Amino acid sequence: MQIVTVFCCCLGLLLSAGCSSRPHDPNKILLWHWMTDRDETLKKLAGQYQKETGIEVTIELFAPSDAYSQKIIAAAQANVLPDIYGILDKKSIFADFIKAGLVADLSAEFAVDNAAWTKVLFEKALAVNRFEAGNIYGIKPGVYGVPIDVTNMQMLYNKKLLARAGIQNPPRTYDEFIKSAAALKRIGVPPFVSGWGELWLADCFASNYAFNIMGEEKVMATFRGEVPYTDPDWIKVLDIFRDLRDKGVLIDGIVTKGNKYAEQDFALERAAFTFNGSWCVNVYKDMNPDLDYGVMPPPPITNAHALKIWGGAGSSFVVNNTSSNKDKAIAFLKWLTAKDSQAVLAKQTNNLPSNREAMAMIPPVLEAFAKGMENSTHPTIWPLNENPLVVEAFDKGIQAIIIGEKTPQQAAAGVQQVKDRETAKQKK
Amino acid sequence: MPRTPKQAAILKNNLQNFLFVLPAFAIFTTFYIYPFFEMFNLSLHEWKGIGPKTFVGLANFQELMGDGIWWSSMGHAAYITLIALTFQNALAFALALACDREIRMKRFYRVIFFIPPVLSEVVVGILWNWILDPGIQNGQHIGLLNHFLYMSGLPQLVHNWLGDPKTALTCIAIVHSWKGFGWGFIMLLAGLQTIDKQLYEAAKVDGASSWRTFINVTIPMMLPVILVVVILTILGSMQVFVLIISMVGKGLVFHTEVPVTRILASMSGTNRFGYACAQAVVFGAILVAVSFAVKKLSDKAKQA
Repeated sequence: MQIVTVFCCCLGLLLSAGCSSRPHDPNKILLWHWMTDRDETLKKLAGQYQKETGIEVTIELFAPSDAYSQKIIAAAQANVLPDIYGILDKKSIFADFIKAGLVADLSAEFAVDNAAWTKVLFEKALAVNRFEAGNIYGIKPGVYGVPIDVTNMQMLYNKKLLARAGIQNPPRTYDEFIKSAAALKRIGVPPFVSGWGELWLADCFASNYAFNIMGEEKVMATFRGEVPYTDPDWIKVLDIFRDLRDKGVLIDGIVTKGNKYAEQDFALERAAFTFNGSWCVNVYKDMNPDLDYGVMPPPPITNAHALKIWGGAGSSFVVNNTSSNKDKAIAFLKWLTAKDSQAVLAKQTNNLPSNREAMAMIPPVLEAFAKGMENSTHPTIWPLNENPLVVEAFDKGIQAIIIGEKTPQQAAAGVQQVKDRETAKQKK
Repeated sequence: MPRTPKQAAILKNNLQNFLFVLPAFAIFTTFYIYPFFEMFNLSLHEWKGIGPKTFVGLANFQELMGDGIWWSSMGHAAYITLIALTFQNALAFALALACDREIRMKRFYRVIFFIPPVLSEVVVGILWNWILDPGIQNGQHIGLLNHFLYMSGLPQLVHNWLGDPKTALTCIAIVHSWKGFGWGFIMLLAGLQTIDKQLYEAAKVDGASSWRTFINVTIPMMLPVILVVVILTILGSMQVFVLIISMVGKGLVFHTEVPVTRILASMSGTNRFGYACAQAVVFGAILVAVSFAVKKLSDKAKQA
């Protein structure tokens, strides 16, 4: 009987411990992240921070990012979020975390000392974490996250392969790009690779051209349901994928290629152009340190509007509003985004720092990416976003065009059908 | 009413017994029964994973009934299951029969056949991605299969295997069967080894041919094992998804979607947790129904 009683007590304790939040220790901060490539450096920086301040920062990695997102949602439901974490989801989910009281409003911190913290960070990176007045999510205007690096999506070209095909300069227009691709094909080099099997990269590429062809206002009008996807401008956007397919620009199997495979193809010189984010500098360095490549913006197809690239905060952290160590967590993030810490992060992980002052210390190839920041945009700073089901239909439509299953018109009609269905559902 | 010492002893004994069951009951309730009811409860709500839930009744189920992509994904899973039930299990049975006989190096074969199931699905996906790679570098096919076809004088068969809707799902089904046949092989081999050899000797004395012996002795004696293998194959194949993600990422349009990838898409892609739970409830119910149907069929076959 005694054994049973002891066992039941232990079980009870175990279950109750599982349901409670972490014990409070004023000198310890817990940070959860998803960045495998930055884990070691973050831990080193945390060690340095402990030496300087006596505050112990425990860095815990949960990768890949999909699994991390699910973990954060589960932890939020169980009220066991760490002091510092990241929200990788859409802005609407970010807003839901704020509404649930799980994210601290950092506006006051960014405003102190004549907005000193704000001034050293890239505005585009902060914008991702900002909710403007009158935002559609009903969030109190303010800044709710801290960018630890910035990123943007551009095209990269292999200098050696371009020279072999007799191409002197990287293409500056879409027509020049198609001509370069033809020259590369003549020497048996697949022109273009990207991880479009992950869909979002194809979506990003398409939205670059949507901004170029019709401008931001018309894109937003489409999201609002005022312009249909069957509009000639959207057909033009989708027709780019038909054109790239017909002219043999795309590497075989691009529709199911994950970004890691695409990065491998480019690093191993199996394709001359790629479309990727600034994090790729570190990836290519690991895969092929001798790879000689340059960075260029995606070549515009028209001069009607500026071609905007996706960019902004690469990785951001938020502070848990329910944390008893909120002030210490904020102090650590201030330290992490200071010039010296940012320089360490940039040098060791080859990512663009979020602190402007640390830009002077970055490797040359990252400078080309840094130039793109001026012309960047991102769904998280758009006044509104498209319904995810419509985005899925659009991305799958792109795939259908590439494999020759649908024409751009058919794909656009399919997207519009989903848009109409979802709009009708919302009206109900 | 006062209890006699005997009644008190029985009560104490019963109480002790129940207390021994309690931890298992608590764990089962906490980690199985409660999550199931919570999932069913969520399926009646619209919920983004965080924030308030909105009760929508059976609307998610109603929407699911008309979701063509969902039902086509169910068809894809059924196709993969069909290939696994036929090709995979026939191969497993044939190899188990071969290894049950006195052949040389049969232990070596057993180890070899059991390697694919031991590998992680992600590793298998990466391995077959390389085998099926459609790319070319310096005039050479990168993928092993296309390279082999080209070198064998069959360049007309060189193909973009995972990028063509006509071949992508079949490739996935074959790789799934390649990875899974080892389980069936081990179970069927274990079953074959439990059959009393005297039954074979009796059949031989009665002048039964090898085929007759197989039909009238081996198959009836193996029915319980075959049933287990069939049910496990159905459950495993209907729920395949890691292999799909590692071979074709987010999928080839909707041609490689299966129920679990759709549930994942509803959860992480569109943050519709309520809808994802409705999908999971319907999918679970279908799997249970199929398993019962197979069991009933097997019982009938045994009686016959």
